[in-house]
Amino acid sequence: MLRDLWRIKGQALAIIFVIAAGIALFVMSSGMMIALEETMRAYYERHRFADAYAPVKRAPNHLLADIRNLDGVSTAEGRINGGGLVTLEKASAPVSARVISYDPDAASPINAVYLVEGRMLRTTQSDEIMLLKPFADAHNLTPGDSIAITMNGAQHTFIIAGLVLSPEFIYALPPGEFVVDAGRFAVLWASEEAMEAAYDLDGAFNEVILTTSRNTNEDGLIDDLDRLLAPYGAVGAFVRADQVSNKYLTEELKQLETMGVVMTPIFLGVAIFLLNIVITRLVHTEREQIGLLKAFGYSNNDVGAHYLKFVLVIALGGALVGWGGGQYLGRLLSGIYQKYFHFPFLLFNPEFRTLGLAVLFSAAAAALGAFSAVRGAVSLSPAVAMRPPAPPHFTRGNAFSKTLTRILDQPSRMILRRVSRQPFRAALTTLGIGAAMGLAVMMRFNMNATDYMLDISFNIADRSDVFVTFAEPLSETTIYELSNIEGVIYAEPFRASAVMFRNDRIEHLGAVTGLPENPVLNRAIDANLALVDIRGDGIVFSEQLADILEIAVGDTVIAEVREGRRPTLEIPVTGLVEAMIGTPAYMTSDALNKKLKEPNRASGAYLKIDMAQRNKVYDKLKSMPLIAGVSLRREAYYNFQKMIDEGPGTFRRIMMVFSIVIAAGVVYNGARIAFIERHHDLASLRVLGFTKIETGYVLFGELALLAILALPVGSLIGLGLWVYIADALSTELYQIPVVFKESGLGYAAIVVLVSTAIAGALVQRDIMKLDLATALKARE
Amino acid sequence: MPAPHSLKTTNDIVQNGAIYRTTGLTKVYGEGPAAVHALRGVNLEIPTGELVVLLGPSGSGKSTLLNILGGIDRGSDGDVFFQDNALSEMDDRGLTAYRRAHVGFVFQFYNLMPSLTAQENVELVAEISPAPMKAIDALDLVDLGDRANHFPSELSGGEQQRVAIARAIAKKPTVLFCDEPTGALDSKTGVTVLKALQKLNKELGATTLVITHAAATAAMADRVVHFADGDIREVIENQIPVTADKISW
Repeated sequence: MLRDLWRIKGQALAIIFVIAAGIALFVMSSGMMIALEETMRAYYERHRFADAYAPVKRAPNHLLADIRNLDGVSTAEGRINGGGLVTLEKASAPVSARVISYDPDAASPINAVYLVEGRMLRTTQSDEIMLLKPFADAHNLTPGDSIAITMNGAQHTFIIAGLVLSPEFIYALPPGEFVVDAGRFAVLWASEEAMEAAYDLDGAFNEVILTTSRNTNEDGLIDDLDRLLAPYGAVGAFVRADQVSNKYLTEELKQLETMGVVMTPIFLGVAIFLLNIVITRLVHTEREQIGLLKAFGYSNNDVGAHYLKFVLVIALGGALVGWGGGQYLGRLLSGIYQKYFHFPFLLFNPEFRTLGLAVLFSAAAAALGAFSAVRGAVSLSPAVAMRPPAPPHFTRGNAFSKTLTRILDQPSRMILRRVSRQPFRAALTTLGIGAAMGLAVMMRFNMNATDYMLDISFNIADRSDVFVTFAEPLSETTIYELSNIEGVIYAEPFRASAVMFRNDRIEHLGAVTGLPENPVLNRAIDANLALVDIRGDGIVFSEQLADILEIAVGDTVIAEVREGRRPTLEIPVTGLVEAMIGTPAYMTSDALNKKLKEPNRASGAYLKIDMAQRNKVYDKLKSMPLIAGVSLRREAYYNFQKMIDEGPGTFRRIMMVFSIVIAAGVVYNGARIAFIERHHDLASLRVLGFTKIETGYVLFGELALLAILALPVGSLIGLGLWVYIADALSTELYQIPVVFKESGLGYAAIVVLVSTAIAGALVQRDIMKLDLATALKARE
Repeated sequence: MPAPHSLKTTNDIVQNGAIYRTTGLTKVYGEGPAAVHALRGVNLEIPTGELVVLLGPSGSGKSTLLNILGGIDRGSDGDVFFQDNALSEMDDRGLTAYRRAHVGFVFQFYNLMPSLTAQENVELVAEISPAPMKAIDALDLVDLGDRANHFPSELSGGEQQRVAIARAIAKKPTVLFCDEPTGALDSKTGVTVLKALQKLNKELGATTLVITHAAATAAMADRVVHFADGDIREVIENQIPVTADKISW
């Protein structure tokens, strides 16, 4: 058996790599999933990550007793959660911050922080804070340093007591953005005393966080909370599943699962096919030996077991290489994850469960691939087996192929006849190469989609440089003030309002965005890149939101506004738009303000600035007390690109290598088998005076033909995969645009053709070394 | 397709001069104590146009000599001349060009391309020859004109071997090599093949070298070379060769 293996070492290696690629993906994604899930669960549990959140404007502390009495509530805490702007000495760009009150003496606080460095806050010292560690690291801040922050219009300076992590900010997303950047979003935990003073909330809180008892009816609890807190300016309670950090984390887990579920079968399917043709070939060459063994009295089972052992060795090799590779990739990936998901620890442990599964999967794939070939072997009667196989029979084919062959030279006819004589094998080879190309196409489309999304988001929809939000809606004089800052070219106001949308019994907590009638900087764009028509008094829904609410154009939606006077509005739905990010709803600012009975108010503004004067602009913005948040769009853009390159980029590069492995594996195996089957013919051609290149043509012409046939097949597989993946990966957070670019197909075609050429070159070496005297010997 | 190297044509040499000449040709397989001496300093001249039979037991070196003369193997030492070209000096490309332009091969196991019809098998070689005869004419010469559209799997062993001969002669070779051409055939079928070879040697004037186990075949040769232990035992000139149909074994 070892001799058999050695004889086909190249092919066995190619199959091992294909199996290994599938197993590695599986081990990587499932191992990463297990690591993330278990770390998340343990972290959430140990730090009592809240099950529900209920932000309000201001509620008295005594209300907590009522909340704790609600059905299903286990524990509840009131806290103060405010926005702010951090001012750093070294950087002039303002940084958005979240400041949260924290009681260091609480016996078992909800959303307890994890202290990494320094010490916890002391209740006695109200000038201390704890700071989110990744932010501190990004700015080289350590315990003992001071930090200035503008809260509610006034600047405060604090001493950093400790650096912490929090289950609430594993994925610390700045408000209004969809990508993390450790250096541009600060989270601080301050004493209750300091927070009450800063936000004018003496004896009151503006957010309830709570844990629930088991089997709590979450919907009921949210309704109860909303009802109880409505008089206190409730914005709308939400459960853990809707908490931003948790939501991104669970989406990430879902993506990993999709990757594992979609990719692994593709690789294993190709491996099954490869094993099948290799084993069939092996059995074919060993007919005589099989006949002998059977003539000696070996049973069918003995013979079958021999070949099964053979494929199982390959399977085991694939499983082990794949598992090892998966561990390596998993570690690589967990390193990348830790840059974006801040866990106190994230260990990608060797999972022996996945090793068992890997062995099982690849053994199953191998056995499946070998099944029919081995069945053929054991079903040979000894006498038949000991005779050489009958010469292959060819026919001239139909009128079409006759016409076609007439214009071809003899070597080309040989190629065509061989392909048409074994159409099933040719089809499978084509399919195998097609699968490899499909992967490359899918990856390329994925990349195009990301670029497209970035381009749309940052160059077409939002063309601003800076995005500022106000602590509360302000009159348009503030916009005028902003426009007058030296360096600001243009300031465009917007109005946004948190609302609970209702359609019959369906409700959804969201926001209405009010835009100018002819926006210049931030424009509502539909999936066709057309400006969304938001004239008149109606509301335009994103299709995703309309789906959630089961509402159509012409219907009227109920919008319960969760701020200011909290009116309940009835607004006609006048349009639908296919949005890419989030589930937006648009109105004109004027119409929204009119409905809210707050004319000429803005929630913030988009600014176009002279980048040369940006530091002046930033300084001025930091000094404006009513600005609650500042987002630098250009920086966000670059940051997003960097993240895409590091995270999904790494994954894509891995996939690209894997698709080359598949393509080269299929082609190399095909070429090797063709070579072995035909080396007698090839040697004869050489003796008859054909040059090495001419002889090679007979072999590669066939492969090249199949590779070319695989191009449209691969394009279709790629398109199908991509549509499926784009849909599976699209979430409420963002829609993945199904973009098709011809360059994606071209790129994948190059991958396939280059792999074919490499595999071809490897087999051409065999042709170079072909022993011409073989031609004089009997056929095997 | 033009030949990659050009060689002198048959017309360049004197009729009835030696087409092949070897001096001190040796061939050793392997090294050291395991070395096998397949040829031990063979000196041989083969006149142009003759039908030569190489006789000898297995392992006597006749196949090795044929392989070297046919340009599919090289000697370890000594010189080999085809006309006045030194085969022993040629590189791989040169040997390919030599085979392409001058040599027709007939194999023991026919070596037809199973995916091509009889006619196409002949055309396969005709296509790469500078001045080939028509494939159908070549098949007619071996009396297989009516089987031109059959695939090898549809032909008997004798028919397949005659297709192989047609393929070998279609390029109008200077020399025709036949390695046990009747080895896989029964006596009666073998005779039809030998008849074809003899007829072609007469009609086309191609020097023909036939390796065989069957000593009876020697009767039809102009010259019989007896091999033993890697060297020539004796060379017998046959003044009155018999016709192939008189042979049986």
